[in-house]
Amino acid sequence: MSVRRLAPKEIQPEGFAFTPENTAWAERIIAKYPEGRQASAVISLLWKAQEQGDGWVSEPAIRTIAELLKMPYIRVLEVATFYTMFNLHPVGRYFIQFCGTTPCRLRGAQAIQDVLEERVGHQGHVTDDGLFSWLEVECLGACCNAPMVQINDDYYEDLTPDNFNKLLDDLAAGRPVKPGPQNGRVASEPEEAIHTLLDPSLYDGSMVGAWRKRFEEEEARAKAEAEAKARAEKERAARDAASPDPAKPATTRAGEQAAESPAARVADGKEPIKPEQKQAASPATAPEADARKADGKGPNDKAKE
Amino acid sequence: MAKIIVDDVEVEVPAEYTLLQACEAAGAEIPRFCFHERLSIAGNCRMCLVEVKGGPPKPTASCAMNVRDLRPGPNGEPPVISTRSPMVKKAREGVMEFLLINHPLDCPICDQGGECDLQDQAMAYGVDTSRYAENKRAVENKHIGPLVRTSMNRCIHCTRCIRFVTEVAGVPDLGAIGRGEDMEITTYLEQAMGSELQGNVIDLCPVGALTSKPYQFKARPWELLKTESVDVMDALGSAIRVDARGREVMRVLPRVNETINEEWISDKTRFIWDGLKTQRLDRPYVRENGRLRPASWQEALATVAAKVKATAPNRIGAIVGDLAAVEESFALKSLLSRLGSVSIDGRPDGSTLDPILGRAAYVFNSTIAGVHEADAILLIGTNPRREAAVLNARIRERWRGGNLKVGVIGEPVDLTYTHEYLGAGPETLAAIADGSHSFADVLKGAQKPLVIIGQGPLSRADGLAVLSLAARAALAVGAVKDGWNGFSVLHTAAARVGSLDLGLVPGEGGLTAVEQAAGGVDVLFLLGADEIKVADGPFVVYIGTHGDQGAHRADVILPGAAYTEKSGIYVNTEGRAQIGNRAVFPPGEAREDWAIVRALSDLVGHKLPFDNLAQLRQSLFVSHPHLARIDAVEPADPAAIERLAALGGNTDRAGFASPVIDFYLTNPIARASAVMAECSALALGVTRQAAE
Repeated sequence: MSVRRLAPKEIQPEGFAFTPENTAWAERIIAKYPEGRQASAVISLLWKAQEQGDGWVSEPAIRTIAELLKMPYIRVLEVATFYTMFNLHPVGRYFIQFCGTTPCRLRGAQAIQDVLEERVGHQGHVTDDGLFSWLEVECLGACCNAPMVQINDDYYEDLTPDNFNKLLDDLAAGRPVKPGPQNGRVASEPEEAIHTLLDPSLYDGSMVGAWRKRFEEEEARAKAEAEAKARAEKERAARDAASPDPAKPATTRAGEQAAESPAARVADGKEPIKPEQKQAASPATAPEADARKADGKGPNDKAKE
Repeated sequence: MAKIIVDDVEVEVPAEYTLLQACEAAGAEIPRFCFHERLSIAGNCRMCLVEVKGGPPKPTASCAMNVRDLRPGPNGEPPVISTRSPMVKKAREGVMEFLLINHPLDCPICDQGGECDLQDQAMAYGVDTSRYAENKRAVENKHIGPLVRTSMNRCIHCTRCIRFVTEVAGVPDLGAIGRGEDMEITTYLEQAMGSELQGNVIDLCPVGALTSKPYQFKARPWELLKTESVDVMDALGSAIRVDARGREVMRVLPRVNETINEEWISDKTRFIWDGLKTQRLDRPYVRENGRLRPASWQEALATVAAKVKATAPNRIGAIVGDLAAVEESFALKSLLSRLGSVSIDGRPDGSTLDPILGRAAYVFNSTIAGVHEADAILLIGTNPRREAAVLNARIRERWRGGNLKVGVIGEPVDLTYTHEYLGAGPETLAAIADGSHSFADVLKGAQKPLVIIGQGPLSRADGLAVLSLAARAALAVGAVKDGWNGFSVLHTAAARVGSLDLGLVPGEGGLTAVEQAAGGVDVLFLLGADEIKVADGPFVVYIGTHGDQGAHRADVILPGAAYTEKSGIYVNTEGRAQIGNRAVFPPGEAREDWAIVRALSDLVGHKLPFDNLAQLRQSLFVSHPHLARIDAVEPADPAAIERLAALGGNTDRAGFASPVIDFYLTNPIARASAVMAECSALALGVTRQAAE
């Protein structure tokens, strides 16, 4: 970024006035804002003034907008100089915003910049025929099609020095040009061989509702597992009854914990929390808790007793 | 009130305090650049970072966070602020390093050197080396008027100047164009600023980016002798500090006085000092064969004494001008009464104010600070922006606070705040007084309505009737009641209220200033009276400072001392007596005015009974005890306003006009100032352009 100044006096137009259509448009925009907040329309109006003024904002336009919005001139100037999207100097009929941010640079933006410097000149310079001028801007958000430029309102992507030269030739000659990728690619699909999204089932309609199938399968599997577990339980109980030796701890800790959980207790018709646990958790409701602490015994000690 | 712990000190502060204010309340010092007590909070310099427990887990800009935004600790402990922790130290060093990346190292040639916030704070909070070897940013200088010099390389983008002109001055000329490193402070297309308070941005600028243009490269702050004094450019009596080197006044700065000027002064007050050096009368002159020739004091005084002795007492008169201190007026009045003359007048503008009406009839009863309490203001024939710029800023400040309606009778003017233009002349005022005007209801509905009448209407032939009408209007709308006296007279001359307090009005059979100047007397003393044209005829003795209108007409010139060269009491428009102090000595053979009168009294055989200023003040305080109560406002008895309202009288139909046509050239000192002349030409040019 560099210091942005208004264009010199010699090239400023005599005056500026919105066309009747734009005036009506401006009135609609201003009416959007509540009373006393009309100054909020300043960016919209500057944008319109730039559109009407061959792509740049002139000093009389700034004054006109300030008067329209009852703002001090300096306030509008502040906004116009703050945003780089407002051009303060004349631009070419085709104003090229060249993306020079990292992804484009990595994909060969330097070669595009060289073309611009050779054909158009340095940044901000308007060609003698008034057709072109260019400006390096920060990322325009089309990195997947890097390198790219924006010419007036359209993106031109996947540029090489060759196709970019041709694009400029076409523009200069007034031939129609196609916005978007310039190398025949469709939007931002892969440039060479396609490696993804190749499964034909994606496209034959068989995948419709496929997501539901997974859930049904999972449900069935969970049901089968639960049944198997219940059966195993039963068998073990039968075995325990047959041999009264103390049982070893269960091998599945998860199952044991589940059996201990409050939800499981509720399912068994018991209280969700054992009374002694409840008291231990909140000493305030357990008057004997302090007494226990005083003997140096915790709730677990009592359980041991 | 909220509790907060600052550096282990627990303090209780109002919850709406900012952390910075809370820290100051706890005695901790917080460095800052962008924050200023009287401006909105920007929070962009980051110098005031502190560490806060109970706030965001990062250094916090203390100027922009309220105490109420902090959370208490888990057990309800008050939030903890630390201003001396390692985090804060590191944060300040970091901020300072960033600020200094682009700040030039030109302190030796910078006018701010020695009184620079950045310099001081870099010393106190910065580190002694820089890690940056890159080129510094270079910024084109901007032209923003004849008073403020710019050196934009030095700007640290605190935006105090922008906030001041937008909020306080109300003339939004300055702005910041560009962004980031390329941000630049400028006016639109580098036009000159249009505010009469613009000089204050010089004081506000924490670095040397905005400095005084007339003062540039003149002096260093440590060479200057600082004298606290009061201003005489308008009737507000703003608190000033006169900085002098040797016999020369180098500059005038404001002092804080919350009751009058807060901390602002007008450009006329600030930049007048070059007028104190030019066109000065530094020796007596006597007119001989139509030409003034230098003379000795003996010769000049003897000439005057001979003339006085040869004249009948009732043919001797005196007019006291706009800048006279109370002491010399008192001495002159004593001399004239000893001579047997009652023709003395302190109202060269032809004002009809008279102390016989009572003091409440000629002072700013509501007081200047009282403007903050007013909720409806009626301005009659006055343009405070030109007559008392600082008062206008005060009204604007009140207006920004909301719920203030302002009505104007007189000339349609731009006051920098919205107001209702009611009409031009006495008819509108009469409509307010009898309640038929809609604005009368606004005033009646107000808790504390304020009626301000200027000097324009009062110096007309029907002045007394207008004053009476204004008093009637004030009473009708309830502006005068218990605890509130909203009938206020705004003066334009620093000497006027003092003169009226002393009773400098013609006695029984005496002549007014206008009658005297028209040739009603044979010997006429002009005590600094330059705003009145004296007809051919009288023998004119001019006691004053500058070769202005009075001196040109004079037959004998007795050179006096300007306000920076004498100690004197001035009574401001509120009736507040204040003492101005001597910063330098009068030039050449000029003497203090009271001493001139005293010397003359000896020669005419009516020796005045005081040999020094202390004795003079003693006898002054005996006859006028309220003048001894320096810096205090003596509330005037509001009964005077009722008597005044009862006077009645016929008013003219003509519209009111402000007496101050050119803000920059209202007195002989200002007319001698090249800076004021430039400002005046610029202001006139702007007006002419606007008219075309």
